[in-house]
Amino acid sequence: MAAVQETIDQVKSIDVTEYKYGFVTDIEMEKPAKGLTEDTVRYISARKNEPDWMLEWRLDAFRRWKTMTEPNWARVNYPPIDYQDIYYYAAPKSGGSPKSLDEVDPAILETYKKLGIPLREQEILAGVAPENRVAVDAVFDSVSVVTTFKKELAEAGVIFCSISDAIHEHPELVRKYLATVVPVTDNYFATLNCAVFTDGSFVYIPKGVRCPMELSTYFRINEQNTGQFERTLIIADEGSYVSYLEGCTAPKRDENQLHAAVVELIALDDAEIKYSTVQNWYPGDAEGKGGIYNFVTKRGDCRGRNSKISWTQVETGSAITWKYPSCILRGDGSRGEFYSIAVSNGAQQVDSGTKMIHLGRNTTSKIIAKGIAAGKSDSTYRGMVSAHRKATGARNFTNCDSLLIGDQCGAHTVPYIEAKTGSAIFEHEATTSKIGEDQLFYCQQRGLSEEEAVALIVNGFVKEVLQQLPMEFAVEAQKLITISLEGSVG
Amino acid sequence: MAIVTPLRTAAEQQLVEQFANVKAELPGAPSVRRLREAAFAGFEAKGLPNRRLEAWRYTDLRGLLREAKPLARPAADNAAARARLAELNLPGVRLVLVDGNFAPALSTLAELPAGIVIQPLTEALVSARSDLPRILTGPVVAEGDAGLMLNTALMRDGVFIEIADGVDLAEPIAIVSLSSGEAEAAFFHRSVVLVGAHAKATIVEISESLGAKAAQINGALIFETGDGSEVQHLRLVTRQAEQSVQVLSLLATVGAQAKFDSFALACDAATLRQQHFVRYAGEHSEIGLRGVNLIDRTEHTDVTLVMDHAVPHGTSRELFKTIIGGEGTGVFQGKVIVRQYAQKTDGGMKSNTLLLNDGATMFNKPELEIFADDVVCGHGATVAQMDADQLFYLMARGLPRQQAEALVLQAFAGEAVEFVQDETLRELVMAEIERWLQGRRDTVSVGEAG
Repeated sequence: MAAVQETIDQVKSIDVTEYKYGFVTDIEMEKPAKGLTEDTVRYISARKNEPDWMLEWRLDAFRRWKTMTEPNWARVNYPPIDYQDIYYYAAPKSGGSPKSLDEVDPAILETYKKLGIPLREQEILAGVAPENRVAVDAVFDSVSVVTTFKKELAEAGVIFCSISDAIHEHPELVRKYLATVVPVTDNYFATLNCAVFTDGSFVYIPKGVRCPMELSTYFRINEQNTGQFERTLIIADEGSYVSYLEGCTAPKRDENQLHAAVVELIALDDAEIKYSTVQNWYPGDAEGKGGIYNFVTKRGDCRGRNSKISWTQVETGSAITWKYPSCILRGDGSRGEFYSIAVSNGAQQVDSGTKMIHLGRNTTSKIIAKGIAAGKSDSTYRGMVSAHRKATGARNFTNCDSLLIGDQCGAHTVPYIEAKTGSAIFEHEATTSKIGEDQLFYCQQRGLSEEEAVALIVNGFVKEVLQQLPMEFAVEAQKLITISLEGSVG
Repeated sequence: MAIVTPLRTAAEQQLVEQFANVKAELPGAPSVRRLREAAFAGFEAKGLPNRRLEAWRYTDLRGLLREAKPLARPAADNAAARARLAELNLPGVRLVLVDGNFAPALSTLAELPAGIVIQPLTEALVSARSDLPRILTGPVVAEGDAGLMLNTALMRDGVFIEIADGVDLAEPIAIVSLSSGEAEAAFFHRSVVLVGAHAKATIVEISESLGAKAAQINGALIFETGDGSEVQHLRLVTRQAEQSVQVLSLLATVGAQAKFDSFALACDAATLRQQHFVRYAGEHSEIGLRGVNLIDRTEHTDVTLVMDHAVPHGTSRELFKTIIGGEGTGVFQGKVIVRQYAQKTDGGMKSNTLLLNDGATMFNKPELEIFADDVVCGHGATVAQMDADQLFYLMARGLPRQQAEALVLQAFAGEAVEFVQDETLRELVMAEIERWLQGRRDTVSVGEAG
């Protein structure tokens, strides 16, 4: 029974009310005045030494944003956000762009150590097989503090850096691809992001290159009353492959904080991008006080023939999640995949799903979405599968299942399935149920406590998605799900 | 920001004028008049249903209605109607509406079975019944629907049927709504069926057009069924004039331990929106909503349903089969709501579609909205083509391609038709389906198009 005892201890050691990553790093920060005006946009641009075209682009977005209204169609409720009561930029004073790890503020390094994110390459090497190495871009509030393995990646021709660096070093690539997947005026939060985005990752994989290691970005919100607006742009040139991971945490606070990111993926002919997220922003307490508003626009464009984009997400954090990682299947024979686990507990609200837009011929897509709602939370799957008139031979399979734990929570499914071509084959199935009493009985009869039994069954329920995650993430995600559901039974 | 004044389309403006002109002469006790006024105010605020309303996102009435046709006037005795009714040869009681007006001369009111009271809606609306507003309002989930509000405001006639407790009707009651099609016209009809406790009844609803002139039809049928009752509802919407636009609402409030089954066939239906709003008023009831939609040319058929599991222990099944050829468009929107206290709900919804050729379009939106945890709910939606293996199998046995295709399509639709319990009525449905398939064969070869 050793293994079982270990699991119990592990689960017990972390109280659900104690969000593990809820600590605050005490560090001196540099911020502009609160609020959002053209000056704020200019300030951010100036702090980043951006070229004029970038500033103009931001200002244009800001002017457009002012004419837009906040969307309200999602099944989420929150008090109106005061966009003038947020800091739009926060950078560690000692930060900027350090040349090496030695220049990074030790407090920040300590933070990442506590979070379990390896920033020292030699630490990563120690005891880990080379093929399991992960290059990390660490973003702390508004700036990227360090990107590891840059040199080794450069040898393979891979560009992996913060987007601020990319604007300086690879302006031609940024100008060519930025906002080509998510247009500036795509939606309210995306436009806001265009105006005030601070940092994020930039990845370019050249033709025919298989990225030698996993790439990863770790986002940390630390400062109070700040919004994090990150921007990620990944381009996989012809015949290349990259697997990218993203993780996020934030301190426990009573106020809500806004996180409005934009992620754009572009896959050219025969390229493949695998994008995995483990989202663990602070979810607020059981009564719904505090927590992150996670309003994110993520979209991939399968621009080339036979290209492939795969989204995998494990959503356990955030007070409110509003995100729909999507695929535009433009290239003939391209493929989009979406695997998602959304776990909500306490007073969390999740409105998430995907869009698969079939434009090219013989495009295929697959959606597996698993929602688990406990406590007083609400979980909504909202998805769209559509085939354009010319998308002959489009094929989709969708499966969304919801599991309900407790009678205070809600699970909803809102799929839109639009076939405008006569040769489309779309399959959609969804189920909602609670954990079977006989399953529970079976497990408990074999000596598991009710909570352990629930964890076991839930892990079985989401296995299909967990399998899609890279190894290290899968283990972490599995633990996260168990912890997120703690206190939901009995 | 400037204050936005909603611009009315020509049709909306005409409807506003029509209502102002006719509201004094429309039948109704004061309580009904208040309902009409409130409903029309709701319509004025929202305008015709359009793409911006989530429930109407795929059927844009504002775009479809270029103009509001003049309101139909009571028609004289109609020879074409008599001929068609003779051809239909429906069993049981027959109640006929021509252009939305009850036609006693065409109806068979003489030998009503015991325990049934039937009166024209015009009479029922002016009666002193205190429960009239409740009955006419229907389930709460129907509230605010723009199509229904227009019906409430402008309904003129229909039938009001009361079936007493414990009555077991051997033969169906048919409500036949015929559009004379002699001139372009609009009409708004509504019928009510109150089924007593432990009563058993079959209600048939038919909508057809006799002429080629387009009609704008807005009809509603309201059911209130008692505890332990068993009701079968069959709807046939066929042979519509080409440019017709029709909105049919079905509102049902179902008592405890009751059974309510509805089946709707739409073929040659021009532009049709069918919307079902169903609510469980008592526990342990079984509700089934099923249908077959056959769509061709530039036709548009929309089935939208809201199933409101408001009490525990409800079972619901929905099954819709859609076949689309030509440039046709099919829509299925199904929403199953399970309220927080509706534990032990068992819900299953399915929409299957076959697209016969490029140019055919299908929109599916099956929704689940669940607030109770001890439930089993699921839905499935598929869009595909005829199975080549099935065709091959039949052709290998010597059937010509066209016949093989017809057989496959017939079997596909048949999966839903088999839920029609009454044999005569089931045959009537299958005959219409065969007629449609034959019509298709005569115009295009299904195989070529596929």
